[in-house]
Amino acid sequence: MMEKLVLTQILFYILGGLSGFFQKGNPEHSNRLACSGALLAGLAGMFYSAGVLWSGNGIVLIFPGGIPLCGEIILKLDSLSAFFVFLISFLSIPVSIFAVGYNREYFGKKNMAIFGLFYNIFLLSMILVVMARNVLTFLVAWEVMSLVSYLLVVTEHENPKARRAGLMYFVMTHAGTAFIAGAFWLLFSVSGSLAFDAFRAHAGMLSSGLKNIIFLCALVGFGTKAGMIPFHIWLPEAHPEAPSPISALMSGAMIKTAIYALLRFLFFFLGPVPFWWGAVVLGIGILSTLLGVLYALMEHDLKRLLAFHSIENIGIILLGIGMGAVFVSTRQPVYASFAIAAALYHALNHATFKGLLFLGAGSVLSGTHTRNIEELGGLIRKMPWTAACFLTGSAAISALPPLNGFVSEWMTFLALLAGMDCGGFGIRFFSLVLASLLGLAGALAATCFVKAFGITFLGLPRSSHAEQAREGGRSMKIGMGTLALSCLGLGLAAPGIVSILGKLSGSLTGMSSGNSLAIHGSFLVFPSGWSQLSLPWIFAVLAVSLSAVVAGVIIFARRVPVKTGPSWACGMRGFTGRMQYSATGYSKPIRRVFSFLYQPSRKVEIEDEGYSVLRTAKRFESGIKPLFEETIYRPMTKFALYFSEKAKRIQTGHIQIYLGYIFITLIVLLLFARLS
Amino acid sequence: MVLILGAAPAVSWFIKKMKAISQNRVGPRFLQVYFDLIKLFRKGMVISDTASWIFHAAPYVFFAGTIAAALMVPVIWKGALFGFMGDAILFVYLIALGRFFLVLAALDTGTAFGGMGSSREMFLSSLAEPALLLSFFSLAFHTKTLSLAGMMSGLAMDPPHRVIFFTSLAFGAVLILTIAESGRIPVDNPATHLELTMVHEAMILEYSGKYLALMEWGHQIKQLLFLTLLANLFFPWGMTGTFSVTPVFFSLALYVGKIAAGALVIGWIEIHFAKLRLFRAPDFLAIAFVLALLSFLGQLMVGR
Repeated sequence: MMEKLVLTQILFYILGGLSGFFQKGNPEHSNRLACSGALLAGLAGMFYSAGVLWSGNGIVLIFPGGIPLCGEIILKLDSLSAFFVFLISFLSIPVSIFAVGYNREYFGKKNMAIFGLFYNIFLLSMILVVMARNVLTFLVAWEVMSLVSYLLVVTEHENPKARRAGLMYFVMTHAGTAFIAGAFWLLFSVSGSLAFDAFRAHAGMLSSGLKNIIFLCALVGFGTKAGMIPFHIWLPEAHPEAPSPISALMSGAMIKTAIYALLRFLFFFLGPVPFWWGAVVLGIGILSTLLGVLYALMEHDLKRLLAFHSIENIGIILLGIGMGAVFVSTRQPVYASFAIAAALYHALNHATFKGLLFLGAGSVLSGTHTRNIEELGGLIRKMPWTAACFLTGSAAISALPPLNGFVSEWMTFLALLAGMDCGGFGIRFFSLVLASLLGLAGALAATCFVKAFGITFLGLPRSSHAEQAREGGRSMKIGMGTLALSCLGLGLAAPGIVSILGKLSGSLTGMSSGNSLAIHGSFLVFPSGWSQLSLPWIFAVLAVSLSAVVAGVIIFARRVPVKTGPSWACGMRGFTGRMQYSATGYSKPIRRVFSFLYQPSRKVEIEDEGYSVLRTAKRFESGIKPLFEETIYRPMTKFALYFSEKAKRIQTGHIQIYLGYIFITLIVLLLFARLS
Repeated sequence: MVLILGAAPAVSWFIKKMKAISQNRVGPRFLQVYFDLIKLFRKGMVISDTASWIFHAAPYVFFAGTIAAALMVPVIWKGALFGFMGDAILFVYLIALGRFFLVLAALDTGTAFGGMGSSREMFLSSLAEPALLLSFFSLAFHTKTLSLAGMMSGLAMDPPHRVIFFTSLAFGAVLILTIAESGRIPVDNPATHLELTMVHEAMILEYSGKYLALMEWGHQIKQLLFLTLLANLFFPWGMTGTFSVTPVFFSLALYVGKIAAGALVIGWIEIHFAKLRLFRAPDFLAIAFVLALLSFLGQLMVGR
């Protein structure tokens, strides 16, 4: 029965993709058909993956001869794959609903049938990546996912920035894929078979040097896709340029497939995990977290800001995974499964609130036609539904109770603090420092989202873009609203989710069967009894306090006269939107404090008529130094270009020279064959 | 709970009276702070015409968040009323919830002062939060529990001379953070009239009437909560476990004494120091971070 649902999902994606072509003349219909296909497929996906997670039974599907000439396609669902299938399917449903309304702005300009095809193939390839069980299936699905997402990123190919972003994404993801293929090749060379189960069985036979190389290749390869620092530079370019539903899926689902694959490598293929791997993952995690949020604070392009926050949240997930690896190496499986459960829960929560935020940004973009928050303001009156949903997403990503972001961040904090129970001075000290740095990142994230929400939606409009904004249609509202409600729901359902995740992570870290995380009723209890949390109670207490305050004020404060009047502007008239704080100004204090990182530069040009008091024009430009592009990637590309310039000399264009090359190669090969 | 609600304005009165006496003035009488709040609840309001529903909702959410945080802190009894629902991390984030909405309401009015106040407040609190979390974690390392009530009972059971080397460092950190979170000199001047020197006051500049009353009262409650933490975490003796009259009365008297001492310290600092320039405040908060870090490092060095 479950196998049939898997096939149904694949079928719906294919049908959804192709159905657009039957209605080529009518973009509205082809868009609706494509999105409905994706929606139904998503529902099927949620069903069977929830079934696998609940019951713990897996599903296996084998298609012999599936890939021509090379081998069979093996799809297998265990709990880990099922969780990620659930995540992808769950996110695809509201995004598909949103896309029905959002894509209207592409009607007449882009071919909706092809967009629908790519959209469905993108989702299908992500599902296949997390279900694949042999190398070929995985790599083919991975490559299709990268290619189709590249094509979707350059949907607006007339825009040179989109082309450039797509190119950068294309190059980086293929560089990553090369490392992944290398890691798989090394595993194949030891185990002799291409199936993942064979890799697991031969895990003991890997020498420790080989294991280290495989781990590093996998980390670099999947890190590029996930957006870990320092492989992240494509993320802030590609995610903003893609259409908003695609950005939501890329940020919410695609980078999680890389996390899935990393978990497979760490805990499934490579056997016992040495301590320093956990330390490396933790280091990358905290670096991604802090740098992601610090760079996000300096952005005033709404979608770029959200892309940097994706980097930050991947960092938080890596902190959980890193602590899991550390605890596995110190033989504390209970803490390890808690840490990995925290990471997985954060992955699900991040998909939800980041998807919501990107959809909100898409709604703002389609309503105002600008992504620059310095030109917005006052949208809460023009687009109230978008504002409320974006507020929910902002509160969730800032980890405010009682939403879902708080629970997973709490769990990550505790996973880090559990390091205090370990041996060694080093683990104890650094786990505490990491926990406080996570606190810093959380507070800075709240600052960033207050800025993003406040400057975009509150106050007065700063330009005509904002004054003429319109709310989106019904489908966009339903898509965002569903995700906003899930933010609350995923938080309240924490005990249930964590118990399922506990079983899942227990199977990864080798714990014996049974519930590894203590869940008493509505409470999440940390394994050694350090702390407990009950989100339903928090919600109840907050709701009751809020109603009590409102009731108290209504009862005890008599009916008082309320007038409206202009805001206080020191008594001046002519109050305009340009007098408000700008986004750049809002984060200026942070730019000053962290100037060692940002290296801010400032250029002021003044034109005058020769007398310094008669200034006619003044130009101000300020910027920050993008650290990784300048120090790592620009030298690398310069070297590559320099080397290619030199190597270009062998391409002379004369056919005689080329014939000469063939002749010389032939002579060399004959000599080689003769001598060996 | 009622105690916290009722006593919060009294702490503000105490500090105002201290400042007045040091300036050779008479200062307000004790009930004046309560009369001020009641007056504000009765006055009419003028709402800015750029304000949206966030402006109206923020005082309620801020107050509710602060009350929810207050319900987690043990005051006189050994346990808190709702201490079971979470731990120190939840406390910090409930305060952050209130602050989030307060800061949004400041931006809602569309004034430059609101933006300035909210930018500065988020800036300072971003730097203060890791120090606060680190102090809690450092205490939790010793008492092996993160719940506030657990930390207090754990520290009460230890003989003082054993723990003083790290609790004194953590005390310094939490004292600095109390000053930062309550908006006292040297981080912020609560008595200033100049908008460009305001942090907290700039955010509530547009509020009047009952909303202003809720904001002020909520802010005083937050101040009292931090003083309670200072008192009960670092001088945790005398909290009663039972409900009978004499121990409760004794514990209440002891609590009033501890809070009065804390308010005395804060008032003394207010009188003798000037407000720091905004970009010097991170150095001040960094001192708190370093103290908390040293408190933890000290425990590691001495050995457990």
